Amino acid sequence: MVISPQRNIVSRTWGTSVGKKSVMAVTGGIFLLYVIAHMIGNLKIFFGIETFDAYSQHLREIGEAIFGYEGVLWLIRLVLVTAVVLHMWAAFSLWARAKKARPIGYQHRQSWQGSYAARTMRWGGVIIALFVIWHILDLTTGTVNPLGGDESAYLKLVASFDRWYVALFYIVAVVALGFHIAHGLWSAIQTFGANSALKQHALKTFSYVVAAAITIGFAIVPLSVMTGLVR
Amino acid sequence: MSELQQEPTATQGEGRYVVGDPIADTRAPDSPIGDRWADRKFSARLVNPANRRKMSVIVVGTGLAGGAAAATLGEAGYHVKSFCFQDSPRRAHSIAAQGGINAAKNYRYDGDSVHRLFYDTVKGGDFRSRESNVHRLAEVSLNIIDQCVAQGVPFAREYSGLLDTRSFGGTQVSRTFYARGQTGQQLLLGAYQALERQIAAGTVEMHPRTEMLDLIVVDGKARGIVTRNLFNGQIETHLADAVILCSGGYGNVYYLSTNAKGSNVTAAWRAHKRGALFANPCYTQIHPTCIPVSGEYQSKLTLMSESLRNDGRVWVPKERGDDRPPNDIPEDERDYYLERQYPAFGNLVPRDIASRAAKNMCDAEHGVGPGGLGVYLDFSDAIERLGRPAVEAKYGNLFEMYQRITGDDPYEVPMRIYPAIHYTMGGLWVDYDLRSTIPGLFVGGEANFSDHGANRLGASALMQGLSDGYFVLPTTVADYLADAPFEAVPDDHPDVVEAVEATRERIDKLLSANGHRTVDSFHRELGQLVWDQCGMARSKEGLEKALDRIPSLREEFWRDVKIVGTGDGFNQSLEKAGRVADFMELAELMCMDALHREESCGGHFRVEHQTEDGEAQRDDENFSYVAAWEYGGDNQRPVLHKEDLDFSYVHPSQRSYK
Amino acid sequence: MKLTLRIWRQASPDAKGKMKKYVLDDVEPDMSFLEMLDVLNEKLVLDDEDPVSFDHDCREGICGSCAMVINGTAHGPQKNTTTCQLHMRHFADGDTIDIEPWRAKAFPVIKDLVTDRSAFDEIIKAGGYISVNTGSAPEAHAIPVDKVSADDAFDAATCIGCGACVAACPNGSSMLFTSAKVTHLGLLPQGQPERATRAINMLAKQDELDFGGCTNVGACHEVCPKGIPLASIAQLNHDVLGATLAGARSD
Repeated sequence: MVISPQRNIVSRTWGTSVGKKSVMAVTGGIFLLYVIAHMIGNLKIFFGIETFDAYSQHLREIGEAIFGYEGVLWLIRLVLVTAVVLHMWAAFSLWARAKKARPIGYQHRQSWQGSYAARTMRWGGVIIALFVIWHILDLTTGTVNPLGGDESAYLKLVASFDRWYVALFYIVAVVALGFHIAHGLWSAIQTFGANSALKQHALKTFSYVVAAAITIGFAIVPLSVMTGLVR
Repeated sequence: MSELQQEPTATQGEGRYVVGDPIADTRAPDSPIGDRWADRKFSARLVNPANRRKMSVIVVGTGLAGGAAAATLGEAGYHVKSFCFQDSPRRAHSIAAQGGINAAKNYRYDGDSVHRLFYDTVKGGDFRSRESNVHRLAEVSLNIIDQCVAQGVPFAREYSGLLDTRSFGGTQVSRTFYARGQTGQQLLLGAYQALERQIAAGTVEMHPRTEMLDLIVVDGKARGIVTRNLFNGQIETHLADAVILCSGGYGNVYYLSTNAKGSNVTAAWRAHKRGALFANPCYTQIHPTCIPVSGEYQSKLTLMSESLRNDGRVWVPKERGDDRPPNDIPEDERDYYLERQYPAFGNLVPRDIASRAAKNMCDAEHGVGPGGLGVYLDFSDAIERLGRPAVEAKYGNLFEMYQRITGDDPYEVPMRIYPAIHYTMGGLWVDYDLRSTIPGLFVGGEANFSDHGANRLGASALMQGLSDGYFVLPTTVADYLADAPFEAVPDDHPDVVEAVEATRERIDKLLSANGHRTVDSFHRELGQLVWDQCGMARSKEGLEKALDRIPSLREEFWRDVKIVGTGDGFNQSLEKAGRVADFMELAELMCMDALHREESCGGHFRVEHQTEDGEAQRDDENFSYVAAWEYGGDNQRPVLHKEDLDFSYVHPSQRSYK
Repeated sequence: MKLTLRIWRQASPDAKGKMKKYVLDDVEPDMSFLEMLDVLNEKLVLDDEDPVSFDHDCREGICGSCAMVINGTAHGPQKNTTTCQLHMRHFADGDTIDIEPWRAKAFPVIKDLVTDRSAFDEIIKAGGYISVNTGSAPEAHAIPVDKVSADDAFDAATCIGCGACVAACPNGSSMLFTSAKVTHLGLLPQGQPERATRAINMLAKQDELDFGGCTNVGACHEVCPKGIPLASIAQLNHDVLGATLAGARSD
């Protein structure tokens, strides 16, 4: 072995398939934390328009004294965008490697081995990415929102989900997110080497529970709008 | 060597062979037995480390002996070329050994010692092995365990973190180290990894999917091999200063055996035809607990650990040809014949006795299952006595394997078992240094004859393979190489050209027969013949019948075999055909050896030579020797050279298990 | 039993292969899968057709030679079972069975169902050993190994190197194979001095040999005839990341 300071840690990490996986795991972890915070924020919808809009406003004012108005929010956005780029870049790189590793496929379609969630990570990721773009245009910039950009966050949300197809798309996307987390969380734990034969079952269950909680936590909002619980 | 002494007498095979000069081991020092290996190591010449890389050694086979020898010689700095016919050195058949490996560590403090292991092995071999070699084996057993542990072989351990041992094969001490039922696999992977490390270091050049087809002998010295590259069919020559054969045993002469499908005698047989003596070919070992044949298509037999006999009870129906399902046969209509015949040892009699008893029962039409070739091994008493969980804990994986193969559940229905060929004690003759009679040709592992006499004890094969490979060959080969490097042999040397031409001719001849029968059909016929006449019980009449039949079968083979394809590429039928052709020749020598040995010993049971109650009757007066056969030439009688065995430390006695 | 077999036939590494159909009328349920192919081959030879090439040796599930994808599953339908130990009673009269070689760039087809798996030897060569020369070992009891570690090491060490993990992996990754060795040696005290380098070097070799990257799908474990635990992969990840952070890089 060569212990060498010459090549930096970034290239050493990025240079291996495990390194790329660890990049995915770290960035995935960032998303997971963000998503959980986002979900908790969303649930404020049930406390009425004032609470929700105040929360939305508060996001822009965190750390204002140091970072200025919306400073922290932009910082978070910057971290998220960087994470997205790295996450997708690593995913694409591993996907390309997989394509190269099996240039000739099987005639008899391969039987389903391994979990469904694991097999659908790549397309699930694409769905989530497309959704996020729509989601920003809809509820952040308001570009595709019936009420436009400058309205109350609460009203924008309700107006958006009043369109059944938008609500449905949202639900499909959060289900895809659930699958993505179900495998992704476990996979990240495995990538960091924290799995063991004894803990494996518990870790998988834990990942599924987290994924289910997040899926329900998000899906409940459009469902409430559709059923008239929130208006 | 082939100067004739006398015409053989009528009782010795009726002119089928010639008796030549006696032969002796001249390498073992004359010191007390416990000092011999130390003395030999000291007297062995050394090679200057700087010169080693100029000396080349060919190692054929990558099992325990070959893999270990190649790795160790590589570590020492020699230029090693390693060959195996499998696609990777990791697949050599040592990998299939289940039980364990003996070593006289005496960790249990149960009275074990080097001398006791030596004694047990000589006695277990029915006093037909060489004392010097066996004592060395017992000494080296200590180093083997140390070496393997250091390599990371995951032996079974106790909660203390120390190595666990178990008892095995009738010995009274617990000296068998094991890694669940996969000891051979773990030891082989250890040797394989050591070998890969040397390949990485550049000292070993690996040639997988390459089969040795002839030995190149130049000026009386083994200087290389002719190989066929199984990937592309190329015939190649590889030259070196010494050649080591660790190419395994010849159990597949029986077609059905517990050997791997590819296991073959070709390398050893080719060396034999080039002048190396072949010793004791009739000493073959039969394992009593194998899964029986289920049909004509059967391609191999699977062994199940002997430990099953600790709790299983062997029986057959009392009535001949009783084809009721086993559970419908009432207790008083069952014959627990081992318990009846051997009340003292019961179901735990040694391998050869258990095997023969099963055969006798089947010959008397008490056998069960397809073809009546099987006996029951019943666990219902054990399950009742110990409870199913206890039986499961002990034998679960074996029961699973049985069920996987037969489809029967041994917890519900008794297992069916039958003996099968498992190991061959005979092999190329070697002296204490493991030199064959061709200078420069060394033989290790199951391919030589040296350590097990007429019968091998359980858990001793792994010990011998590693002893030869890690410790003996590297010392004795270095001693030989002290005179090297020898004069370079050019590729166009007449002896090289001759060997290559002979190999090509053989292949062309096989391919051009274009007859009507497949290779396997010939192999099955040969196997059946050898099994019937030279298997568990042998008779003069049967052996003579076989000796009359084999040459004509061989002739039919060369005339009528059908191989599709050419020799210019990957061709598995051609590979098989070459191996079967050599088995056809070996079979004759085996039967000859069995016919000439007018006694019963170990795995060799002559029906004419048994005690009143049917036990093996040795004849120490006339047969206390190694029968080393010299190839007499095509269609010529073989020449028998006798090496007298001297027992100064263990005195021959009759085995009894009543 | 009557069976229709569709088998990948490819004359040589460069030849174009295709699935070819064969009908066998006389298959017995007690035959092993390979014995069924033996029967087919005997028939083919007598019909002057090239028999189907397939790797096999011990036929008792330990040498790791046999390797075929049967109806889309590496080693066929029975769990924890190599092809040679699979028996025809798991199929029904009239079944059609598709038989294909392992598919991976690192395992090129040699002929029919035979592939070149020497890439696995390359991975071991890159560090899958403990560097101890013959004769230099300390007394075996000098280093106790706790039973749990010894047992876990054994579980990983049972890998037979058949390559089913690669064949089944949607990424064509050899991670289970590589990690089994890293885990086996990494759990033992004897394996500690080279633990970090071993993981780094073996992984680098695996990546270099055109195996895919692991995405923790778990198909490898599902088809593994020895049931090598997925946690082995975690151990490899752990060792690689630890070594990377500590500043190690591959040779």
